[in-house]
Formats: sequence, C-alpha cells, structure tokens
Amino acid sequence: MAEITFNDIIKPENLTYKKSKLMTDNVMHYCPGCGHGTAHQVLAEVLEEENLQERTVGITPVGCSVLMYNYIDVDFQEAAHGRAPALATAVKRLMPDKFVFTYQGDGDLAAIGTAETIHTCNRGENILILFINNGIYGMTGGQMAPTTLEGMKSSTSPYGRDISMMGSPIKMADIVAMLPGTCYVTRQSVNTAGGVRKLKKAIKKAVQYQNEKRGTCFIEVVSNCPSGWKMTPVESNKWMEENMFLFYPLGDIKVPAEK
Amino acid sequence: MEKELRLMKGNEAIAEAAIRAGADGYFGYPITPQSEILEYLMEANPQTTTGMVVLQAESEVAAINMVYGGAACGKKVMTSSSSPGISLKQEGITYIAGAELPCLIVNVVRGGPGLGTIQPAQSDYFQATKGGGHGDYHLLVLAPSSVQEMADFVELGFDLAFKYRNPVMILSDGAIGQMMEKVWLKPQKKRSEEILPWATTGKPASRPRNIITSLDLDPERQEKFNFKLIAKYREMEENEVRFEEFMTDDAEYIFVAYGTSARLCQKALQLARAEGIKAGLLRPITLFPYPKKRLNELADRVKGMLAVEMSAGQMVEDVMLSVNGKTRVSHYGRMGGMIPTPDEVLENMKSFIKG
Amino acid sequence: MAKIKGAVVIDQERCKGCEVCVVTCPPQTLALAADVNSKGYHFSYAANPETCIGCSNCAVVCPDGVITVYKVKIG
Repeated sequence: MAEITFNDIIKPENLTYKKSKLMTDNVMHYCPGCGHGTAHQVLAEVLEEENLQERTVGITPVGCSVLMYNYIDVDFQEAAHGRAPALATAVKRLMPDKFVFTYQGDGDLAAIGTAETIHTCNRGENILILFINNGIYGMTGGQMAPTTLEGMKSSTSPYGRDISMMGSPIKMADIVAMLPGTCYVTRQSVNTAGGVRKLKKAIKKAVQYQNEKRGTCFIEVVSNCPSGWKMTPVESNKWMEENMFLFYPLGDIKVPAEK
Repeated sequence: MEKELRLMKGNEAIAEAAIRAGADGYFGYPITPQSEILEYLMEANPQTTTGMVVLQAESEVAAINMVYGGAACGKKVMTSSSSPGISLKQEGITYIAGAELPCLIVNVVRGGPGLGTIQPAQSDYFQATKGGGHGDYHLLVLAPSSVQEMADFVELGFDLAFKYRNPVMILSDGAIGQMMEKVWLKPQKKRSEEILPWATTGKPASRPRNIITSLDLDPERQEKFNFKLIAKYREMEENEVRFEEFMTDDAEYIFVAYGTSARLCQKALQLARAEGIKAGLLRPITLFPYPKKRLNELADRVKGMLAVEMSAGQMVEDVMLSVNGKTRVSHYGRMGGMIPTPDEVLENMKSFIKG
Repeated sequence: MAKIKGAVVIDQERCKGCEVCVVTCPPQTLALAADVNSKGYHFSYAANPETCIGCSNCAVVCPDGVITVYKVKIG
C-alpha cells in the first residue's frame, strides 16, 4: 500500500476538529495563551451544537472580556462593571424563551458586582453565569482581585496578598452554591484538552437546566493570566495547577436531582 | 380597562398609567416618597393581566441595570426612585444614554444633599437636566405639576424615549407624588409585540448580530458618536419644547416655575393681579429641552423674571442663559423640604420689582 | 491492524505562539518555529507530522482557534 500523504488526509470527509462557525473572523485581543479565548470557543461550540444562535442573548462584563461581542456571532449587551446579572435578569424575565448568559471576570463578579451576583443567584434567575477566575485584574494592568491567592503578588499587592490587611480570597462558587436559587454550580478549567471537554459538558448541562427553568447555573472557570502573573503561558498553566487548583478545587459543587 | 376617572396619589397614577400604557417592565427599589409606585404595581400584579414584569431589585443600581437590559431588548421598561436613589442610578443612566436606549425614569424628588429629608424639593434640577452621570449626554426631562400629568407623562415619556432612543425622566417631587387628585386614566393599551431591528432578541439568519454597547475605544469614532448625540439633542430642542403660559400677554413681570412651584405661582399670580401688579407665569413642562426661545422673546418686553424653585437656585441659571442679559432675573427658593406659600412668593415678587 | 493517521492545519498568521498546543500534544508532533509570523510570534507547526494521531487536543486548547484537525483510519 502506498504511503498516505498529508494531502490525502486533509479532506473535508476527514475533518475532526474546526473552530466553531459561531466564532467570528476577528482576531481576539487577548494575550498569548489566555484562557479567555479557549472559554469563548467552548461556549461558541455549545451554542452552535445546540442551535442556540437565534435565541441567545449574551451579556459581557467590564474587564478583559469586555469586547467578547466581537468574537461570538450572537446578540450581545455590554453591561456596566459588575452589573451583567441585573441585565440578564431583565432579559430573561422579559423574554423567557431566550437563552441568556453572562460572562464575567473575578473583579466584575466577585468585587464590584457581588450584590448583583448573589441576588441574581438567590432569585434563581434562569440564566447561566460563566465566571472566569484568574485571580487578577488583567485589563487594568494586574491589580489584586478578590480571588487573588494569599501571598500572590500583584501591582497592588507588591509584597504578596497579606490576609491580615487585604482579607482572604473569596470562593464565589461555594457561596452561591449555598443559595437555594442556584441549581448547578461547578468549577472547571480550560488549560488541558480534558478540562475543555469537561467544561463543554458543563455548559451543555447548563443549557438543559435553563431550558427546564430549574434556576441559576453558575460555572466557574479557573483560568490563567500569563501577562498579569508575569509568566509564559505554559508556566502560568503549571502555576495554576499547582496553586490555584488547591484553593479552587475543580469539580461539581452542586448538581440538581435528575428529573 | 376603559377610560376611567379616579382619585389617586401622584405615585399611584404613575403606576396605573404604566400598566395602561402597555409597559413591559418595571424594576424598582423602595425609597420614600415614591414607594407607592412599586407597592401599587406589586398589588396590581400586571404579570397576570398584561404580562408586564414587575420586580423589586436588590438596589437602585441593580434596578437601573435591569432597565438597561430590558431596554436593550427593545422593551418598554421603567424605574422610579427619589433623589438619593437617583444618584445611585446615575451609572446606569449614562450607560443607557451612551447605548442610545429608550426608557423611562421617574424621580420623585426629596430634599438633599445626602440623605437630606423625605419632604418635597426641586433640588435635583441640575442632575436631571445637565446629564447627571459622567460624559456628554442629556435626558429628555418632563416636569408634571398635577396628578393628571403624572399619569399622562408616562405614555408621553415612553413615546419620546422610543422616538429619540434616549432615556426620558419624569422629574416630579414629593408633593405631587403624595397628593391626591382626580385623574383621567386612559384605556388599556396592548403591549407591543414588535421586534425592533436594533434590539438584542436573538440573532436570526436574516441580520447581523446586534450589539448594545456604550464602548468605543477609537477616539475618532467616539467623537463622531458624541456629535451624533448632540444632533439628537438639537432635534429635541427643535421639536419637543413644551411649556404653558398664564397671563403673559400684558405681563411686566414673569414668574418662571415648574412642578409644585408652578402651582404656587399660579396662586401668587392671582394675588399679584388683585393688587394691580401685571404679573405672568411661564411654566416649563420640558426642562430639557428648555423653553429658551420663548423666554428670550418675552425678555424683549418684560421688566424682569423671577424664578421660583424649591432649591438654592438651579433652574434660574437656565432662565439667565435664555434671556442672555436682556432683562433682570432673580431667584426665590425654599429648601430642605420647605414649600413656599403664595404670599411669600408674592412678597418676593414685590421686592424684586422694587429692585 | 487499523492505524489512525492525523494531520493538522495551522493558521500560522493568527497563531500567537503561546505553546499551549505544543505541551498538550501527546505524540509531540508540534513545536514552535524558529521563524516568526508578521506579528513577530514564533508560530506553532507540525515538526513531526508523521506522528500526528488526530486527537485534536492541540486544537481544543488553542485559545485562538487557529488549528484544524483531520484524521483517517488506514489499513
């Protein structure tokens, strides 16, 4: 048998993986190796596979992912800092048939938007909150976030986060899991192929639960910030596994009973 | 529901008028002296009749951002509050103005600054008419002076908000919010089912995705957008100025007052005329756009204008700008929740005339 | 015995050279090029194309979605 060539393999019938059609052609502004891009693509894949484009309204935050609306081809609203869950609440209540999600970073969701996060979850709004936790304010240049680990250096904790002065990092997923309004709370990652595939499954579950009107779905993605952490992307992923995952362990925190 | 005559508080009239105007949503947070709006709507429970959503938010900040989200879907949505709460809403209001969205905001003003008092005041004029939040923008501001106008301005406010894709504010005060008068209520309007072309309602194959944002990192484009907003405000000044005049035909001196103050001035005007003083009254109904042109015309033939406000003197600045030095302008005001009496106003007009 | 052969197509102009695909690739097919693209990034490429098993791990973790994967069963 003749040796199979590269050109024999790259035929449409052999296609195994291609980025989602719902990703636009715009080059993402994220730094090399940033988990935001990966998280966007997983979300886009689910929206495409579940045929949700026509009924999706996404709410973007203030932070690095403020321009997310340039990258996924669905209708978007750009919220004020921390307020995405309030916008999402109104969208879902006024148009209950739409698929509504917010996409928020740690500063947005766990600092300035804490009240909106807690109360939206407590009311059990039928929305998906996608929370990207990389323990730092990336957009403004690497300041301490509410989720910055103890001892972790940032531009506003240059000697490391001192718990006695700056308080402890906050575990938002654990907090919202205690509220009766949330139906599904899980913590995932995007640094490995396995992690990405698990996140995809989690988002698909959130779609199902939202269709079934079961309450708020909260998916935390523990992610990296190579620029803010001052590491290469590969180093940042390793550091995340060795440090972030210890404090923010991956896995389901709250799952609804099967129907 | 048919056309109907009822005896209602100003706040209740706003709530009932919102249901009847076919509003899609109200998002509020309790604060005196306007809590009756939320209470009335909760009791009326329009979700079960017209389908209107009513929600008590966790804060004024959340409530205005719910309005932002709903407005971005092209829905007829509103919120209400009183002065300290309106300060909290300013962030959301500037985003809504920046994203060019229609909505209705009601401010039942109380005395300030700070927590101030719960009594009526008109001390939020600057905040309402000059922007309020950050950035170059204006609200279209309607100033009711009766319970009837509280009701009427809800539908008018929504119509103007959608006409210009701009937030509209009803600038009322604690007196009009709390007092009871008879009010004609319009028949129930059906909620609109129209899907607006710019609204975020889910992207069909037939159009590009809709993005509602107030962000543009390119300064050239942002400036172009600022010019677009200015053009919109000029258009409002051209088409939407509303005011009412009393006895201005032969007037030598004019009271300029809106809302509760305008009602007091109507009485002061009668008292003045009884004493042979040729007084008149101009009541601005829109505070932005302001009846500048008309005041400027009147300035050619009157001897002076007295702005009467329940504030330290805010609207008086617009009177001065309008007449541009052509006639004398002065201000009389009470603050902190105090309401002037017509006699007091007349006395001040008399000393203004003496000079 | 059936064998799986894969191939990757990398949009090297859009690659930011983060190297996440390289460390994820089980058979170590990928590497960063010594050359750079027009943005100055050392882009990813199939240094050992014959080893690719078409598992898609590289494409799945790529933050910029620049990798397309194909595979065939042979034999």
